[in-house]
Amino acid sequence: MSTTDFDLVVIGGGPGGYVAALRAAQLKLSVAVVEGNHLGGICLNWGCIPTKALLRASEINHLLHDLGQFGFTVDNPRFDFEKVVARSRAVSKQLSGGIGHLLKKARIPVFNGFGKLNGTDGKKRKITVALNDGSTTELKAAHVILATGARARVLPGFEPDGKFIWSYREALVPDILPRRLLVIGSGAIGTEFASFYRNMGSEVTLVEVADRILPVEDEEISKLAHTAFEKQGMKILTSAKPGPLSKGKDDVTVEITTARGTEKLTFDRVISAVGIVGNVEKLGLENTKIEADRTHIKTDHLCKTGEPGIYAIGDVAGAPWLAHKASHEAVMCVEAIAGLPVHPIDITKIPGCTYCRPQIASVGFTEAKAKAAGYQIRVGRFPLIGNGKAIAMGEPEGLVKTVFDAKTGELLGAHMIGAEVTEMIQGYVIARTGELTEAELKETIFPHPTISESMHEAVLAAYDGALHF
Amino acid sequence: MATDILMPALSPTMTEGKLARWLKKEGETISPGQVIAEIETDKATMEVEAVEEGILGKIFIPEGTEGVAVNTPIAVLIEEGEAVPEQAPAPKTAPVRQPEATAATPKTAAAPQKMAPASTPQPVATPTGRIVASPLAKRIAKEAGLDLSGIKGSGPNGRIVKRDVENAKTRGPAKPAATAVLPAEAETVPMSSMRKVIARRLTEAKTTIPHFYVSVDVQLDALLSLRQQLNAASPPEGDDAFKLSVNDMLIKATALTLRRVPDMNVSYAPDAIVHYPNVDISVAVSIPDGLITPIIRNADKKSLREISNETKDLVARARAGKLKPEEFQGGSFSISNMGMFGISAFSAIINPPQAGILAIAAGEKRPVVKGDSLAIGTVMTATISVDHRVVDGALAAQWMSVFRSVVENPISLVV
Repeated sequence: MSTTDFDLVVIGGGPGGYVAALRAAQLKLSVAVVEGNHLGGICLNWGCIPTKALLRASEINHLLHDLGQFGFTVDNPRFDFEKVVARSRAVSKQLSGGIGHLLKKARIPVFNGFGKLNGTDGKKRKITVALNDGSTTELKAAHVILATGARARVLPGFEPDGKFIWSYREALVPDILPRRLLVIGSGAIGTEFASFYRNMGSEVTLVEVADRILPVEDEEISKLAHTAFEKQGMKILTSAKPGPLSKGKDDVTVEITTARGTEKLTFDRVISAVGIVGNVEKLGLENTKIEADRTHIKTDHLCKTGEPGIYAIGDVAGAPWLAHKASHEAVMCVEAIAGLPVHPIDITKIPGCTYCRPQIASVGFTEAKAKAAGYQIRVGRFPLIGNGKAIAMGEPEGLVKTVFDAKTGELLGAHMIGAEVTEMIQGYVIARTGELTEAELKETIFPHPTISESMHEAVLAAYDGALHF
Repeated sequence: MATDILMPALSPTMTEGKLARWLKKEGETISPGQVIAEIETDKATMEVEAVEEGILGKIFIPEGTEGVAVNTPIAVLIEEGEAVPEQAPAPKTAPVRQPEATAATPKTAAAPQKMAPASTPQPVATPTGRIVASPLAKRIAKEAGLDLSGIKGSGPNGRIVKRDVENAKTRGPAKPAATAVLPAEAETVPMSSMRKVIARRLTEAKTTIPHFYVSVDVQLDALLSLRQQLNAASPPEGDDAFKLSVNDMLIKATALTLRRVPDMNVSYAPDAIVHYPNVDISVAVSIPDGLITPIIRNADKKSLREISNETKDLVARARAGKLKPEEFQGGSFSISNMGMFGISAFSAIINPPQAGILAIAAGEKRPVVKGDSLAIGTVMTATISVDHRVVDGALAAQWMSVFRSVVENPISLVV
């Protein structure tokens, strides 16, 4: 077998692609990765990870200004914004290097360049790779996984201009800490940037076209987040449309229309975070039976495209746009290729986390969606003010909410806002994946004192009544 | 219990391989996850991991053996203190999951790293008989009255999950395959409610009651002769007129037999036997689209004329659909008579909760042995169906023998 002939070629080295390659190597498939930029993809280089590094810094800044409640006096705490950003970049670099090391250890060749489907040779697929050094090479593989990810959707009129209008990418390597910042879009990305910049001291205006922020979350959680952000001094405009903008020398003025009318607001920078689109271009799809539905590749429940032997996983295969969904699809897809029994992904078992302050985490049906799906439900709520650890930590704001099927006791969904909830949601995900009912959750002993006790209480609240509230 | 470790398939196309190396010796204790052997194919070398714990009792296939067919027992896992089987039993079928072939690429599928030699592909029940199901699946199945043992699991390691139970629920009780392949011209007629009741009750009876059957041939000549005499004694007309049928006389004969062998006049109750104080005979009557069983109450105490008149009335009203519920509900024993159709013998399904039903076939002229010579006699075959939970064979035989005696010496019917 020559070095250009593989069982599997993975195009894209993000959390979908590199995980697919690692799993394939574990299963003794010969596999190669084609990656044009950085191993680790957006997640590791321009998404999940660097934002977490920034958010950690903004959380520290918040704490430094809130030390009085713990008995500390620190005069005039300051930070060097360049160093804050530099640390975030260093974290990404370290992890991207780690992926390279993992692939090397698994003896998986990485082709630095852009891959494109280019017909067949017998039973094998041909992939032409335009290498970053200017040359091209041709690979052959029985199976090809497309894991090319996605990029920011551009809002017309708000095209990133390298100066005033930022996408997530510019927002991660800002030239300045803007005094006045507009964030358009209150999904996870927009909300995290709004939270970061607000906690670093910017005056932040968060604009959302829907009638509430974080529109995919449970309504109650959206409302609590809204209140918490406003308390932190954020300005929030919902059911709002950003209109024409005019760029000045050092700032931009944007007309924002809400039910109350149109107001003209001036900002130093604008972050556009209005969703993402899949990278479906330049993959050579046009000569295949692979169907692209606008901005993502159509796949079946096992990630197969319309073309036998070609699969698509992660963001390029559509929502939810989550790294852990991509990685899980990667493993499932490769195991299916290897002939192992696999289980299709149920999106109601994929957790979602937003690392703003306070954190938000959820899995499964919101209360409204459960009702709309025809379930008779039981809802449990437990506010963190009733949790000893949260109070001791100085983080008493938050809520844990459970939604059960009244008939079967199935945990349909769980929704949390508050400190550390992103680290706790997996407990409910395990319950959903393992199909535990309220009976097992009630029987589970949660450690005291932890914030996670509120997860137990939220289950009790849905049935017998919470003990501590 | 000794468990065979089978030659795993490392790829969908693999039919045999080389047992390259044993990493455990006979007598060594094995725990799950430990690598016990290495298998080679032309493509790869794979490790075989133990799935269950135990002692490597005996190695059947020595290392270095080539061409070992997939699913051949290569060793046996035993429990402590258990005897070691001397030789490999016959290969069992498919205990190792055969990876499904993938589209377009038969050659590249590699092997799962963890082979599961001792586990079945989709174990609904583990070797110990435990059903593996999620708590939610168990609860939904319980509420829907579904038996988990009949459901195939699609979750990890064959675990039964919610989806499987939901699918089983929508499928409903297993339908006869024929419904799916009906010819296009077949007509489907919805069942009447009576038909549904018959279907349900008789299915219940035949599937829950352990039936057994006892038959005797009964000579009818004496009974027929008595009938003729009695009918001749009837006034030609008026309220006192009667015309006895053979059936009327057999109802009485059955009732008398039940009185003489009352242990047949019973029914099954969980952990108890119910003895009926009265002899109430349910008589199966064919009506359009079904049957119904009007009851001659206290038939043992009634005269033939009373039985005859009552039967005529009940049958007429049954066919007109005018029976009151108490006239066909209850009864301690049933009779089904198909003699008028020339049937030579049949057996009936018990009418629950009764313990027996007597199936009466046609009286027909047959050669009979009288003394040492052959003669012609009118003979019918009667077959009793009995609930074995409450009545044993000897009692049923005794009952039939008394019944034959009553019919063949019919004078007791009139005294």
